[in-house]
Amino acid sequence: MALAPLAAAGPVIPNYAAQSSSCEIHNRFFCAGWVSHNWGPVLWPALREHVLLALVAVAIGFVISMALALAAHRYAWLERPMILVTTILYTIPALALFELLAAPVGLNVFSAEIALVSYTLLILVRNILAGLRAVPAEVLDAAEGSGMSRRQTLLRVELPLALPAIIAGLRIAIVTIIALATIVYVVYDRGLGVPIHTALGEGPFKTELIVAGALAIGLALVADGLLVLAQRLLMPWARAS
Amino acid sequence: MHEFIEAFRFIAHNGAVSGYPGLPSLTHLALETLKVGAIGVAISVVLAVPLGVWLGHIHRGSFLAINIGNVGRALPSLVVLAIGDAFLGLGLTVVELALVILAVPPIVTNAYLAIDGVDRDLVDAARGMGMSGLEILTRVELPLAVPLIFAGVRTGALFVISTTTISALAGFSGSLGDVIANETSYHFSGVLGAAICVAALALAVDGALTLLQRALTPRGLRKAQAEGPSVLAPDVATA
Repeated sequence: MALAPLAAAGPVIPNYAAQSSSCEIHNRFFCAGWVSHNWGPVLWPALREHVLLALVAVAIGFVISMALALAAHRYAWLERPMILVTTILYTIPALALFELLAAPVGLNVFSAEIALVSYTLLILVRNILAGLRAVPAEVLDAAEGSGMSRRQTLLRVELPLALPAIIAGLRIAIVTIIALATIVYVVYDRGLGVPIHTALGEGPFKTELIVAGALAIGLALVADGLLVLAQRLLMPWARAS
Repeated sequence: MHEFIEAFRFIAHNGAVSGYPGLPSLTHLALETLKVGAIGVAISVVLAVPLGVWLGHIHRGSFLAINIGNVGRALPSLVVLAIGDAFLGLGLTVVELALVILAVPPIVTNAYLAIDGVDRDLVDAARGMGMSGLEILTRVELPLAVPLIFAGVRTGALFVISTTTISALAGFSGSLGDVIANETSYHFSGVLGAAICVAALALAVDGALTLLQRALTPRGLRKAQAEGPSVLAPDVATA
């Protein structure tokens, strides 16, 4: 029940020994022919699934973390237990957490997402809180002096000023989750972990490992770059500095 | 919950599975995990702490020190291990190489930020008292930076334990991950039992490093020290 069966996402199960290309038979460093044959049936679906796994996890993680951080911002006593619990979740190695969840939850998307979300919490809660805490007291006084309510202060002053810290947290979270999602396949056979697992079982087959690995790393770097871009667009006032 | 009861029975029997007499005990596998991990952490600390501390001391190379941490985070452990396996074969050396590649970045980044972030007024005061560069480093900067440097080591140690178990998925045998990757012999109860052991081991190692961190932190700093593993946001920490 624990390990996903050795099956590729698409109908073509890559088996380099059975294919005719001499590059594949000799398991050379990189076989472009194999990649173009398997892009459509194997690699592209795995990449799409990987993006979806990571985006859903970070989105859910962000909503939960924002709620937790705002609660801790308002009621300071909540912070210690919150950091303790999220630290424990963060400390549990991913492989173990996936299996621990597989017992009560089953081998499905929920085990995968619960585990991934739990790794985003510590990162996001800490960063959101750090951002809110760093708002200067004079700014808060000025907001109060100009008659803003607590809610207005939060939405119009504190959160915009905390945005750099929040986005920094999101960047760390998305990059971490994209890397971790490569072992989701042990409980749910989706994502770039599937071709990596297949390639390991076949020799290992170098071309598939390199392409799937490069896609995972490239995806993380692209996601990071997009968030930097988002930060520039969201905070035109910070661009001057 | 039946599966958890079976899993705890598996742990209580120290990893014995009826019908498979030759399997290693859980204690043995846990000690192997610790051994492989300890070697990885030790090498990483020896390489990364001096580099980060030196860069922080001269306040140079922030781009390198911070971005090495970001790039390290993007490397999936399984990919590093699998590529090591494909090109070099997966022995202890290659696993240790993968562990070092994954653990060095957070340690360098934290050591750099720790030393670089020491209050400049303190350094100026020390210089005014006639301390040399080396004295400033060893008697002012390093003691103040201990909590943050240690936070990096703890993050590195977490990566190392996590990766050591994942190395079983790439075919390296010699850790608790062996049980998780071998459901055929151990059944799901064994997999779950091993997962519980891995989680407990990681928490125990983190707890032990926290105690060590407290012991090494100068008394005056103990209240204000960094708690929990470092998930430092570079943009915030340097702002």
